[in-house]
Amino acid sequence: MTDNRPDAGPLVPRDRSAHPVPYFPDYKTSVPRSPRWPLVSMESTPSEETGPRFGHSLIGPNENNLIVNFSPDGSPAVGERILVHGRVVDEFGRGVPETLVEVWQANAGGRYRHVKDTYFAPLDPNFGGCGRTLTDADGFYQFMTIRPGAYPWPNRANDWRPMHIHFSVFGHSFGQRLITQMYFEGDPLIRLCPIAATVADRSQLDGLVAPLDMAMARPLDFLAYKFDIVLRGRRQTMFENKLEGM
Amino acid sequence: MVQPLNTYRETASQTAGPYVHIGCIPTFAGLPGVYPEDLGLRAIEDGAKGEIITIKGAVIDGTGWALRDAMIESWQPDAAGKFPGQPGADAKVNGFCRFSADKDSGLYTLRTVKPGRVPTRDGRMQAPHISLWITARGINIGLQTRMYFEGDDVSDDPLLSRIEQRPRVETLIAKRTGDGEYRFDIRLQGEDETVFLDI
Repeated sequence: MTDNRPDAGPLVPRDRSAHPVPYFPDYKTSVPRSPRWPLVSMESTPSEETGPRFGHSLIGPNENNLIVNFSPDGSPAVGERILVHGRVVDEFGRGVPETLVEVWQANAGGRYRHVKDTYFAPLDPNFGGCGRTLTDADGFYQFMTIRPGAYPWPNRANDWRPMHIHFSVFGHSFGQRLITQMYFEGDPLIRLCPIAATVADRSQLDGLVAPLDMAMARPLDFLAYKFDIVLRGRRQTMFENKLEGM
Repeated sequence: MVQPLNTYRETASQTAGPYVHIGCIPTFAGLPGVYPEDLGLRAIEDGAKGEIITIKGAVIDGTGWALRDAMIESWQPDAAGKFPGQPGADAKVNGFCRFSADKDSGLYTLRTVKPGRVPTRDGRMQAPHISLWITARGINIGLQTRMYFEGDDVSDDPLLSRIEQRPRVETLIAKRTGDGEYRFDIRLQGEDETVFLDI
């Protein structure tokens, strides 16, 4: 759906220094999969400013609860119970309401429920590893899940992924589309991980690390981590929208 | 010192990794039952107005290998150039689709309606195109590109006009292979690298 606010201007051009470099040899798969030629830039058009919108009717009642959403009989998944919560905002700090947030992750032993994951850690019959929710009217979201395990992966001789949860966020414009990963405060594997290291700007990498949030933890039940997400914004000025005749 | 801007930097991207399908199209990935159906399963519903087309292609790395683990998203208007949600838009056009390569052939398939023309903000008409976003293991930030169509007049398209090396324009044009059928390969690197966008 179009952003119908009368003052919605073009998308703010992406600041590429906020993001990973595409070609990062320590992450071997990026070597043959990174474009070599410069990106072609242009001011956004309706093709980028519009985007798919998903309503509340899409989301089932347990889809944001990974502890039970794959369980055949409602038995909880194994692992450290956590609440992951945060707010999706744009670059101007405005909440992004009713936007789809999808997550996926390994189980507590560090194993994904995927045919290509053959790590020794066992599958948990009660854990699938995906969930989704819509942000509320102010951009806030919450998931219940278990803390994913760290796991080894074939890259350099002894690389391990820090504990992480994958996030996919839509925003309201196709040009806002973002996939990222949330890490956990205090995980010593973050500084060793070549995928985390693709983000060269230290403060930007810090922005991917969710702090423990005891204020949102529930005594005798679950811990909480906070993960806010910033999407591209749209300029809003009275000079933007009527170029013709100026 | 100066006043603070009070703006935020966009959250850094990270690769979607090898298991993006678990999160985005779990039924396809072998996790049935979590959602009633995968998001973006169809770009159009039965009864969409316009020319129904099928595009096939591959996402190819710098060695010439067709990726099996990429996920592509598409976004487009209906045959009249209206995006879903806009007044008068064709209710049978979802506009959004998610698709992946077939594990054996490496080919993706997108069935949709040929999009209409959409103007830029300053009123110049763009040639018909579908916006694409490609993520995969090894892709650190999702790749934006566009698919235009052989046979359309693209000579005045504002985006294509910005491409200095004219032979590279061809990397954004789906080739007609039959009646309502097109081929569109995405080359991440190497000879004929696809033009990727920063829009």
